[in-house]
Amino acid sequence: MKIILNNRTEVFDKNNMSISEIMEIKNFSYQKIIVKLNNIIIEKEDFKNTIVKEGDNLVILHLLAGG
Amino acid sequence: MSIKGINLQDYQIKKWDYTWHPIEKGYNNRTLYINVGSKEVKEKPVSQQMKEKFIGGKGFGLRLLWDATKPTTKWNDPENEIIISPGPIGGITQYSGAGKSLVVSLSPQTDSVMDSNVGGFFGPFMKFAGFDALEIQGKAEKDIIIYIDGTNHTVELYEDPGFSKDSHLMGEELTEYFAEDEKDAKNIGIVSSGAAAEHSLIGMLNFTFWDNKRKMIRLKQAGRGGIGTVFRNKNIKAIVAKISGVQGNLNNVADMKKITEPGREYAGEMRDLDDKQNQMKKKGTANIVNVMNDYDLLPTHNFKYGSHKDATKIHSDFLRDKWFTLGINDGCWIGCAMQCAKGVDGFELRTGPYKGTKVIVDGPEYETAAGLGSNMGIFDYRDIIEANFYCDTYGICTITWGTIMAFIMECYENEIINKEITGGLELNFGNADAAFEVMHQCARGEGFGKIAGLGVRKMKELFAEKGWGDPKFLQDIGMENKGLEYSQYVSKESLAQQGGYAMTNKGPQHDEAWLIFMDMVNNQIPTFENKAEALHWFPMFRTWFGLQGLCKIVWNDVTPSDNKLEDEPHKIPKHVRNYLSVYEGVTGTPLTEEGLIRQSERVYNFQRIFNIRRGFGLRKHDAQPYRAAGPVTVEEYESRAERYDEQLKELFGIDPNTKSVEEKMAMLREYREAQYERLLDAVYERRGWNKNGVPTIEHLKEIEMDLPELIEIITPLQ
Repeated sequence: MKIILNNRTEVFDKNNMSISEIMEIKNFSYQKIIVKLNNIIIEKEDFKNTIVKEGDNLVILHLLAGG
Repeated sequence: MSIKGINLQDYQIKKWDYTWHPIEKGYNNRTLYINVGSKEVKEKPVSQQMKEKFIGGKGFGLRLLWDATKPTTKWNDPENEIIISPGPIGGITQYSGAGKSLVVSLSPQTDSVMDSNVGGFFGPFMKFAGFDALEIQGKAEKDIIIYIDGTNHTVELYEDPGFSKDSHLMGEELTEYFAEDEKDAKNIGIVSSGAAAEHSLIGMLNFTFWDNKRKMIRLKQAGRGGIGTVFRNKNIKAIVAKISGVQGNLNNVADMKKITEPGREYAGEMRDLDDKQNQMKKKGTANIVNVMNDYDLLPTHNFKYGSHKDATKIHSDFLRDKWFTLGINDGCWIGCAMQCAKGVDGFELRTGPYKGTKVIVDGPEYETAAGLGSNMGIFDYRDIIEANFYCDTYGICTITWGTIMAFIMECYENEIINKEITGGLELNFGNADAAFEVMHQCARGEGFGKIAGLGVRKMKELFAEKGWGDPKFLQDIGMENKGLEYSQYVSKESLAQQGGYAMTNKGPQHDEAWLIFMDMVNNQIPTFENKAEALHWFPMFRTWFGLQGLCKIVWNDVTPSDNKLEDEPHKIPKHVRNYLSVYEGVTGTPLTEEGLIRQSERVYNFQRIFNIRRGFGLRKHDAQPYRAAGPVTVEEYESRAERYDEQLKELFGIDPNTKSVEEKMAMLREYREAQYERLLDAVYERRGWNKNGVPTIEHLKEIEMDLPELIEIITPLQ
């Protein structure tokens, strides 16, 4: 499927993936993040059961780290 | 040494009495001047203009250093100074992270202005003793100890009777000497360096804090830029400040409620959220070692790569589960809820002069783990912790040392230097034993260790002069800018972070701007205009901590649970509002976010012009080594070939299969170097500077910093 992830077009091999799956593929391991799917905030406990579909706009905003 | 029988009064060379006054809303309104050469000691008034334009901390340090030196003053001239200043908020205990001091001096590494921030007790204690800054000038004939006695209101200078050189010993000895009993040890703050600072240009200062649970001193470091070298060059062995105790409101703040309310809320965030976020209380700043590896940002093998298969061995979980002592008060200043100054207890050293001794090691923090670990190809916390201890006690910066050794190791592996040059040491990546030996040599002032202690820039010059290696290649892989070694993040894929490093006033330290996630991962700042805005706001905001006596980690390493609802969540707006409240609470003066940025802009521009005054601070000085921007070697390109090929396809519409690696590297380099030049243009414009990086007169007027001495410097460069 093709989605917009953090303002970039991203293509994944599968359709209808959970946010957790996408984060695993992208190796997004940082804990301090804000996730919005089609501009709606998704809470951490819902990452596993929230499905991202073709054409969706997913934002996984990493907050500052480092020094 | 044993301190039994020592009476420092027998060694006294100067005693100066002063009248103590309570602090007024965060200010003593005077600074302390000590000339260790002439033994002159005096107080200087702080003018209203100094408070308005320079605020405190780094601002005070820069103002005093400007006035004390000429454009031609060298780091080892007696007229160079070391200035230590906490700032108006420094020393409060009701909001976290308020124990920082800024140390300012002319650097032996950069030949220009250096500032370095540090926790520990000395800065607040000096302030409570009666002074907003300590200004040290001159050069003593013999090693001396400076004692600021805030209990009897005297300043005394002593000849050193022979205290140990290395900080872990000297700190204990001086605490034992000056404390009346164990209870009194919490009232002592000490600044010291170590043996390696005497034989290198990269010396660091240790500031002690008393660990009441462990009943021992701990160390925090003003690491960057070689100020420890200046300290030892002035023949200062230690500076001690003593007070009669920290009470609730020694700053005599204007409105305590404006401090305690956000302070309590912040402490609640740490209590409730830290374990789910960064685990600062359990891992300290090292929590991001594995995160950086996951995002290809952890420097390995001299910044060639951002991750390594063996990096799992230095996952931060090991620090939490195996090395750090948990459940203990680890704050480097009183009242800090972040508790990130982690320590390794009972660590048995296996090398060097203290081999076999069990010690406490302060750290490793992230930069130390990456610098002394992955960047040198070392993936064993035992070796990292040992190197951490020796850097600290010898008085050299762990960040600097890591980048130096990584450079040396790459030179060794490229046969630019060999065993003949290194005195038989095989300095391949990963050879921890050989790396330890270089550090011990540096502390002894011997062999190849002395060359390492010159730092990357001077090594590049030396190697080129000797005909060792291609100077252009050395320039590409030597990770320094302005003479200061890079701190430990890979900036290749973040143009904004390249600017965040190389456009800094003092050299590439991440304390001005850490924009990698915003830029590379979040893609929040895609245009040059966006990047320029970020490279204005963040350096200015972060400069503000150094004016006030605050720790920037407290701002961003825990995030309020409702932060996601904010318009600009990456700024952690609630914490910004907290700081405005705390500032008003201390000083009684209301402050807006715009006013906060304005305070920093004035000092930031002053520092830029200070650099210009010394022959630096122009566009050419913001140039970066290519390793910071892209792949220098074929192996680097090939290690991330898919990424680079894809970029070339997108940028130039070429089929990567039709080009050699060398051709592709050349195309990528030309593109990335041009992008960096465009970034400079955009950022300079946003900062109110001309194309040469010089602040414009109009901009100085706009920010009300058009001081005659600044206008005089920049007028010919308009």
